[in-house]
Amino acid sequence: MNFKENFLSEKMNRRKSNLWRTMKSVIGLFGLMMVFISSQFDLALAQETGSVLIENGTVLTITGENLENTDVLVENGIITEIGENIDAPQRIDRIDATGKYVMPGIIDAHSHLNGVDINEATSPATPQVTMKESIDPNDVGIYAALAGGVTSINLMHGSANVIGGRNATLKLRYGQDQHGLIFEDAPQTVKFALGENPMRVHGESSGIHPSTRMGVEMVIREYFDAAIDYRRNRTEYLEAKEEYDHTGEGTPPIPVAKNLRLEVIADIIEGNILVHCHSYRADEILMLVQIFEDYGIENYTFQHANEAFKVAPELAEHGAYASVFSDWWAYKFEVYYSTAYNASILNENGVVTSINSDSNELIRHLNHEAAKTIRYGNTTESDALKMITINPAIQLGIDEHVGSIEVGKHADISIWNGHPLSIYSVNEMTLIDGVVYFDRENDADDMRLDRAISPTENYEDTQSRAYQNSHGREADACMQDVFMLFDSQENRQSLHQEFHNQIK
Amino acid sequence: MKKAILLTFFMICMGAQLLFAQITEKPRFGKFAITNGTIHTVTKGTIKGGIVLIENHTITFVGDNAKIPSDYEVINASGKHVYPGFFDANTRLGLEEVSSVSLTQDYAEVGDFNPHMKAFTAVNPNSVSIPVTRVNGITNVVSIPSSGVIAGKAVLLDLWGYTPDDMAVKESAGLHIEWPNAMRGGSWDDRPDEEVQKEYEKDLKELNDFWKQAEFYDEMMKQYELDPEGRSQPDKNIKMEAMREVVAGDVPVIISVNREKNIKNALDWANEKEDLNVIFAGVAEGWRMADELAEAEIPVIASSLYTTTRDYDNYQRPYQNAGLMAEAGVKVMISTGEGVENVRNVGFHAGYAATYGMGKEEALKAVTINPAEAFGVDDQLGSIEQGKKANLFISDGDPFEPTTHIEHVFINGYKIPMTSRHDQLYEQFLNRDAVNR
Repeated sequence: MNFKENFLSEKMNRRKSNLWRTMKSVIGLFGLMMVFISSQFDLALAQETGSVLIENGTVLTITGENLENTDVLVENGIITEIGENIDAPQRIDRIDATGKYVMPGIIDAHSHLNGVDINEATSPATPQVTMKESIDPNDVGIYAALAGGVTSINLMHGSANVIGGRNATLKLRYGQDQHGLIFEDAPQTVKFALGENPMRVHGESSGIHPSTRMGVEMVIREYFDAAIDYRRNRTEYLEAKEEYDHTGEGTPPIPVAKNLRLEVIADIIEGNILVHCHSYRADEILMLVQIFEDYGIENYTFQHANEAFKVAPELAEHGAYASVFSDWWAYKFEVYYSTAYNASILNENGVVTSINSDSNELIRHLNHEAAKTIRYGNTTESDALKMITINPAIQLGIDEHVGSIEVGKHADISIWNGHPLSIYSVNEMTLIDGVVYFDRENDADDMRLDRAISPTENYEDTQSRAYQNSHGREADACMQDVFMLFDSQENRQSLHQEFHNQIK
Repeated sequence: MKKAILLTFFMICMGAQLLFAQITEKPRFGKFAITNGTIHTVTKGTIKGGIVLIENHTITFVGDNAKIPSDYEVINASGKHVYPGFFDANTRLGLEEVSSVSLTQDYAEVGDFNPHMKAFTAVNPNSVSIPVTRVNGITNVVSIPSSGVIAGKAVLLDLWGYTPDDMAVKESAGLHIEWPNAMRGGSWDDRPDEEVQKEYEKDLKELNDFWKQAEFYDEMMKQYELDPEGRSQPDKNIKMEAMREVVAGDVPVIISVNREKNIKNALDWANEKEDLNVIFAGVAEGWRMADELAEAEIPVIASSLYTTTRDYDNYQRPYQNAGLMAEAGVKVMISTGEGVENVRNVGFHAGYAATYGMGKEEALKAVTINPAEAFGVDDQLGSIEQGKKANLFISDGDPFEPTTHIEHVFINGYKIPMTSRHDQLYEQFLNRDAVNR
């Protein structure tokens, strides 16, 4: 043994004994930690709920009459009683809503509010990815949305792909981690996209299908057929394998490998995942209606759908929903033939219609976006309010829990100092599960959760992402991240330059 | 049978007429009396049950009592409100059709210094966005080119007319400068502070050199024009020629600038140029510099999309921006900052400002008389006064409210057809499958 080896082995022995000593304490600590973690885990699973009596407000129930001088009792996050002079236990907090309007929290059926990445733009079909893995719980934009009375959003995947990623239905429980933001019991939804965006990203940039609206249809049909075959083959294999494992007779079946992408698509076809489809033109909308008719898919929503008004009778006939902008148009060619009367026409034709934001700015005043349906097409006040509450709830499959003020529903509520459709009204308080997440009286200037960057030093670095992204609407918000991915280095630099010129 | 055929023919004609009435309807022009309305004059209070008389292009009477000659077309505005037309002073209306289709964009010419580019030339009077905007009571806009540092000259428009000449209230309404940025562009921008500062100084020097050159050129030309005798005529320079009315102070300079540090820099620059008539546009962080802006007497066109500029700012600041500046004594104009498609929303933006501290009265001025004054057209626009141009609208309620309907719009005396692509599509598709019987 030479010196070197000797030195090494000695060192290793020393290390070994050190290791054992460490291990002993680790085992002890680990046990303690397990106890701690599991209790934390329980906390994360069972969301914090509140009990509160909202007194003497004008209650816009949405699904029923408007009730004046009415109390709403909330116990453990659930609305348990609505009526006059409710006799609630003393221990329950009171909110005086005299002279105020109490309405269900606003639901935004199309948002990218706090998505970390929006587009997995590498294939025309990526339903295996999910926005649940792309949530920034610290985005201060959540607080601004709460200030606008919003309690739930559909955090959507982008529109680069025909069959995009799955979305995440969130409750805006600002201050919780990404798991704490998830709307429990909300069904899974997935993003589809038709028209210019997938055509540009895949056809124009990568030279694969689709580069036309013809291609868009066939991408969907090909994947649907593949998913049906896959599910049959996979199920047969699993059954045969179980049989073989059980009896041990015959030859083992040839394996059919698990395919996450096709698993999700098969679930879509079987109706377990709701489709929210980015679309603009009437023809492409009808195309998807036809596909879904062929494959027996029901309960789906067209997003944006600027030309849905042209095919409103067909949408009504098929029970398809529409989630639209109040007045956005002309920012790209496929929305040039649009009308701000879209929502009113759809509503008149019996299509369940919601008004969405797709924007961190519009999300702050969705109530006024809904109010525009009265200017454009004389929609009733009550229907206008439905478009930001119960209707988006229906589209997200959460209407049995939220979207109206009814006994048994979650206490997701916003309280306004005037009628919420008036421009002069301001939201004063937002509750989720009976817990106050926004209170105008008590909010501080700096509501960031992550305050690593000091406002006084180097404030340039704190310029908000929303502000950076707010200049112009030259493409959809749902094309976020995509341009950087597909543009050449040169283009990217010029884009940066343009950006640089715009924000100062 | 003959009768039936005739009747059918008649009905087809009627049907066709109904259909085409939307598209071919002509404006009315001549003599109008608006009676019984609540008249919000902006400059001379509110008159309930008042009368406005319009003859040709002009408002000939505003008051509460007048004998209405029989040849006037009477519009009974009982229960309605009459307002001066709204004004968005920072748009691209007419200069852009579809914002993602580059060949429909006429606001950005190549190059950093283009004072000779005129928005007036590129205004498309038939842009689909123009009727969409005016039926909401917006009668005037300033359309501004933007690119490089000096992008060209803005044009002040009436939103009615078949040619740019018909529409232009001021062909040369302002020279647009995109203020050189002294800050990092965003999270992607990893230049160190020194480099950012160095680039800014370089940009500023270029601007100042250009300006000095323009002043020199103007001086040289003046000298020559005063006394051409015995001097050789200097060569013309089209860019410098375009700068003459600017350096002489006859045409305002519109400086787009948003963030505090840049506003500070632009203020320093503007304060040195005593003869210039300077307007700031954008001013997202104007509230941080409100006192300085007021002291410099620089009017601002606040166009904010209501997202905070910094993450640590109170969520209400963008809504309060206009009000905070007005409170400090700044003359504030409110713009949508929407460019083209939704300039129609300017009243709602004024509504937010009103709600968040500015008050209704000041907010109304910010979309009427203030822009008229800042652009030197308050002798014609911005209020309902005798002798002014008949640019006004009648609504069934408060026009800041999204739920209010705008019922009639007058521009330059023309009672314009209340149609646009948006309501034409509504008419066409509301009861899509109905047929004329």
